This record gives sequence, C-alpha cells and structure tokens, in this order.
Amino acid sequence: MSQVPAELKYAKSHEWARLLPDGRVEIGITDHAQQALGDLVFVEVPETGRVLEAGAACAVVESVKAASDVYAPIAGTVVEGNAELAATPELINQDCYGRGWLIRVQPDSHAALDALLTPEAYAAVLASAEA
Amino acid sequence: MGRKTVLHDLHVALGARMVDFGGWDMPVNYGSQIEEHHRVRREAGVFDVSHMCVIDLRGPGVRSFLSRLLANDVGKLWKSGKALYSCMLNESGGVIDDLIVYYQGEQWWRVVVNAGTRDKDLAWMRRCASEWQTEFSLTERSDLAILAVQGPQARSRVASLLETEDQEPALSLGAYEARECGLWFVARTGYTGEDGFEIMLPAEEASSVWQALNAAGVASCGLGARDTLRLEAGMNLYGNDMNEQHHPLESNLAWTVAFQPADREFVGRAALERLRTAGVSHKLVGLVLEERGVLRAHQRVIVAGEGAGTGAGTGVGATASEGEITSGSFSPTLERSIALARVPRNAVGAVQVDIRGKLLPARVVKPPFVRHGRVLVDL
Repeated sequence: MSQVPAELKYAKSHEWARLLPDGRVEIGITDHAQQALGDLVFVEVPETGRVLEAGAACAVVESVKAASDVYAPIAGTVVEGNAELAATPELINQDCYGRGWLIRVQPDSHAALDALLTPEAYAAVLASAEA
Repeated sequence: MGRKTVLHDLHVALGARMVDFGGWDMPVNYGSQIEEHHRVRREAGVFDVSHMCVIDLRGPGVRSFLSRLLANDVGKLWKSGKALYSCMLNESGGVIDDLIVYYQGEQWWRVVVNAGTRDKDLAWMRRCASEWQTEFSLTERSDLAILAVQGPQARSRVASLLETEDQEPALSLGAYEARECGLWFVARTGYTGEDGFEIMLPAEEASSVWQALNAAGVASCGLGARDTLRLEAGMNLYGNDMNEQHHPLESNLAWTVAFQPADREFVGRAALERLRTAGVSHKLVGLVLEERGVLRAHQRVIVAGEGAGTGAGTGVGATASEGEITSGSFSPTLERSIALARVPRNAVGAVQVDIRGKLLPARVVKPPFVRHGRVLVDL
C-alpha cells in the first residue's frame, strides 16, 4: 500500500502539493508514482522563473524503465527546483514527500489548492485503479 | 489478464511488481531494479524466464533441418552437450527470431526461442519441416519452467542444490555447454554478461527450487534488471535491436551467420550474400551519453557527415545523416546512460542524440559495455 500523507493535496496524475508557511507551494510525485516508476535515475526540473499552467508538463522523471512527465497541479511561477536531484534522483524513491520534492512555485492563486484532491479523494483514486 | 508462469503466485508473495511482457504477467522487480542488477554483477540472482519457449526436436532428420533453418551452422555442434546461438531468418534475410540450440545427440536437440515469437516460430518451423519433408518430431515443452541463475557465485550456489553425483559434472560444464542432471537440464548459458546457469526443470519443482536458491543467497531478480544487464553486456533484444525488417549484418550479428561452408544452403543466405556484395549501409553500435539524461529506444541519433565541422569555406555543412536508438537505458554499473543504436556505417566517435528536442552529445563505442563485472568501455 502506498502512503498518502494527510496534510497534502493531490492531483489525479499522481503529484502532491504542500502549502509552505511563506505562501509558496512545494510540488512532488506521490509514493504510488515513485513505486510504479521504480528506481529513478534522472530528473529534469524547470528553470526558476518559468511560468506554469495548471496541468501542463513541468518536469520529467526518468526511471530505469521509462521517462514520465510530471504535471503542474496548480498554475504559478517556479521559484526553485530541487538541485539535489541532479546528483541524487533516488531521493524521490527514498523520501518522495520530503527531500525528494521537485519544485517550489509561487502560486497564481491559493484558491487553486482547494480544487485539488483531498487525501481521501486521492486514496479513492488509487483504490479504484488497483481494483 | 496475461498468461502466467508456474511461479506467478510466488512472485506476488515475494512482493514483485508484475507487468505485462508480451502478453505474460511477469515480475519487473521485487523492490529495486538497480539493486537486483548489482546483485547479479557482484554475486548471484535468479530470473523466471519460463515464458520463453522450449522446443524439443527428436529424430534422425533434425540435423539437416536445422542446418537449413538456421543462419549459424549446426555443423559446429558435434560434441553432445554443446549449444549454439543463432538467428532464424526469412528469405529476405530478416530475423524471425534469435534462439539457442542445444545438441544432446543426433536424435535429440533442444531449441529455446523468445516468448513473444513462440507462435510464429512454431508455425515457421512446422511449415519448413513440411515443405522440406524432413522427418522428426517437434514438441513444445510447456511442462518445463526455466530459471536463469546468473552472477559470479551462481554456479556454485546452484551446485549446492544438486545431487552429489551431479555437482562435479555440472560445475565442469564449459561455456555454452549443457547436460541433464536428473530431471533438470542445466546449461551454462545466460543473458546478463555474467557466468551462470539456465535450468530447465519440471514446472512443479520451480517454486521450491526458487525458494531454495533464495535460501542459498541467490536474489530474486525481475525482468527489469535482466534488460539492463543484457544491454550492458551488448546483447541484442529481439524486436528492439533486430526484427524481420533488420538483418543480422546491420544488427551486430554478422558473427552468428556462417557463410562457410559455402555449399550450406540456409534460409536467407542468398539475400544476405546480395546485401554483403552491395555493401551494408548501417551498423549496430553502442552509445555512451556524455551528459546526464537517459537514452531510450527510437530517439534520433545525428551523425556528422564527412568533412562536417571542418569549415571548408563553403559555409554549407556537409550532409549529416541519422540513425536511431534501438535499446537504451541507464546503466547501473557505469552510472551513465548507454544504448544500442543503428547508425550509418561511417559513424564513429562523437554523435548527438535528440532527447525531447535537445541535442545531447554521445559517443560511439563497441559493445559490450560490461562483461564479467568489468567495465570494457572508456568513460
């Protein structure tokens, strides 16, 4: 069973979003996603300043098996990419909700977070996919 | 739901992630593909390859049949127990499949073919047999499971499970040799670039043998690791690196085509001779990516044309030509991305690969990248 932390919001495409105390939003991929991908070996994050539309491909994570796009769960401007992932992409496998975060964005609107899936709703998405 | 091997439930119980492999529900890994890869390079791992198809050919006509069916020459097989890798070609020289043929005596030969091609292979063999009116029996051995135990410690750990009287004979098998040990057929073959055995055994024994191997320190390994291991070993994957549209001479498999003796007529010979005379335009090479990123099948390889970059004063770049990656992945041993690619014959040294619209530098190398735990290319 994959972990779905209660304090985060989720997208159907298996990204999570965390509201940080300073108002920025941290984005990563879920435990389900990292398990499905297997060992990650390469991560491409967008440059700082890039403007993201909600639902647009914003990063690429590659496992030994395949490359997958990561979609921005909300619209905003990239303020930071996780530089550690260039040398240690396996952080996503080891700690996908912590040190394996992908990007931090300044959201266009905080209201967009409310439109994302709650942990319960995301867990239901996983359950129906596995059924 | 895909087809299942006899080990399916055990894989699931061991925590395998199961995926579809050509219609078969197979384990891709049991946790970490990279760890499984390293276990095989450094110690020993076991793979379930029971989805592959074992075909026994019995009768006096088998030698002449295989001599005509296969591009490699079974005339090289005269000592009982020897095995041979070969392609099976169509009349235009395209590869129907690659396979291993085991010679156990004039009356008994065993052929192992790929899972995804089993139906067309069997149909082709039966058609040729009937057309050539050769007399022999052909039996698909779906009663057998196949365990590939690979790695520097693989043979000794398998031997510990054999009857005492079988241990010494099994351990003294040379490369590409096989023998029967009771109901087991033990072959010193594999698809990882490491030493090891492939064991064909009664399906009902497979689960207990797998668990005994685990207890002897042999790690369960999925087909994900099998793919990165074979790629590092520079071994072709049927369907990716060669197929019916690509013949052996442009697939780094010329060494498996026996043009000698000149009077041996095999299927595809005439076509390959014409190609050889006309000149083969492409070759299959290894690539090492010089930067971070991952090479994948079907990415474009850009090869500078002759004189390109010399600025000969015309201001017009010499024509660049293109190739294509046929298999690519991250190499856990090299910690770099590597690939096999079909490129124009003149390609050497530096090339570029189009990864999602970016041109990244890569270098042409001669496979294998890794054999017996050692890195064979310069990094």
